[in-house]
Amino acid sequence: MKLNKVVITGVGAISPFGIGVESLYQGFLENRSAIINMGNEWKDAIPDMLCQVGGPIKVDLNEKRIPRDLRKNMGRTSILAVLSAEEAVKMAGLTQENFLSGDYGVAFSSTTGSTHSIYEFAYKLRQEKSLSSIKSGQFFQIMSHTTAANIACYFNLKGRIISPNSACASSGQSIGLAYEAIKYGLQKGMICGGAEELHVTTTATFDLLQAASFHYNDNPSETPRPFDRDRDGTVCGEGSGALVLESEESALERGAKIYGEILGFVTFSSGEHMTRVLEEDMLAGMNRLFKESNISPEEIDYVNAHGTGTLFGDVEESKAIEIFFKEKGLSPYVSSLKGHIGHTLGASAALEVIMCLKMMEMNYLIPTRNLKNPDEKCGKNNYLMDFKKKNCNLIMKNSFAFGGVNSILLLRRYNYEHK
Amino acid sequence: MNTNEIFEKVKKVFVEEFEIPESEITKESKIFEELGLDSLDSVDLIVALEKEFNFKIDRAKDGPIITQIRTVQDILNYIESKKNSI
Repeated sequence: MKLNKVVITGVGAISPFGIGVESLYQGFLENRSAIINMGNEWKDAIPDMLCQVGGPIKVDLNEKRIPRDLRKNMGRTSILAVLSAEEAVKMAGLTQENFLSGDYGVAFSSTTGSTHSIYEFAYKLRQEKSLSSIKSGQFFQIMSHTTAANIACYFNLKGRIISPNSACASSGQSIGLAYEAIKYGLQKGMICGGAEELHVTTTATFDLLQAASFHYNDNPSETPRPFDRDRDGTVCGEGSGALVLESEESALERGAKIYGEILGFVTFSSGEHMTRVLEEDMLAGMNRLFKESNISPEEIDYVNAHGTGTLFGDVEESKAIEIFFKEKGLSPYVSSLKGHIGHTLGASAALEVIMCLKMMEMNYLIPTRNLKNPDEKCGKNNYLMDFKKKNCNLIMKNSFAFGGVNSILLLRRYNYEHK
Repeated sequence: MNTNEIFEKVKKVFVEEFEIPESEITKESKIFEELGLDSLDSVDLIVALEKEFNFKIDRAKDGPIITQIRTVQDILNYIESKKNSI
């Protein structure tokens, strides 16, 4: 069986830094924080919630440019998804003809459907005990696969549709499953990624599980602090990251510019605990990934960690990274990008993959914001605390989610000469 | 409320709920083919009409009548028939 090489021909992003991939690049390259105190809106909504900080998108999405008949079925999560996908598709130069052919599909996901819409739906039903004020599009805003379904309708896409909604691993899995669909020749290309909207109830979930930061409510730019000894939990953000993946053959045939390559993907279950991923599970996943991809760990220049800033998750992940590479005499650079924009949950892997591509393009690695003193409990890794000039060809990208859902991607700089 | 007043209110529903320019709405307008509504929009149309005219639609009884609505005039006729409850 002929296996296709899978390349990236388009990216799109909306993040707490703003709309478009350029604003995402700019925010990270200026090492800014997008975390703010959410003020009275959150205080009034849930007075006993400790965490008061978040990473919201503060600019107008101008969603009215989406035709009303499509927009009515979109909550904020899907609007973010569609707008980021639009940017990626434009960059890739895909046409209506591609989407109608059945050869191009979508793999897109989020933790849940639109949280604002879920909240409103439940509130109206409970308050009014009537269907009279529920609009027809409400269900399509709150259904779990809302992002993939809305992207498909927006582009009249007739190919494969997948929506692996797996919380913080959502977009990692979406990219991975899209990669597999192309690698095995089932599709020529896929729009893939993930989205998440920020709502007080999302942060409340982390707060309840004692996984949300609350000691920095008055100094929001100092949290989250992945791998730092003074970290106290994660901070939820919102956004959407979209990529267009294609077989190398299709991309070259279309004359599309290639921005990088997906070289490997593994997804595996922890199967023991809802919130804890153990170091040995991550190690097993990494071993499987490198074996299946036929890549030597020595080739890894940089590890883009999941690193959310929680007390336990950071320890398990960092120890797994240390052990995996140390036993081979290696210590690649490691950073997490969540110190800048918080944890954008379903969008996080996709946004971080987009930044990894940028790092490869620039040959500059981005440090973990707010990491000042690496925690001794975290593995002895080569943590980036400053920007680092580094020729970067191969990156490992981790994503771990509640429910014991894990995914790891391998990304490589595309070399036109080796095609 | 006379027919013209009802028409003005119906137009308001189409403008506000479905973002249709007022100039495109006539009594003869076909709501699906010309004004671009789809079958799901008719659910929202009913909700909006209930609110605008302050009446309650009996979903079981009125359902078959509502599904026959094709033009703005059909809506006006339906609302006229509900006048007693308005």
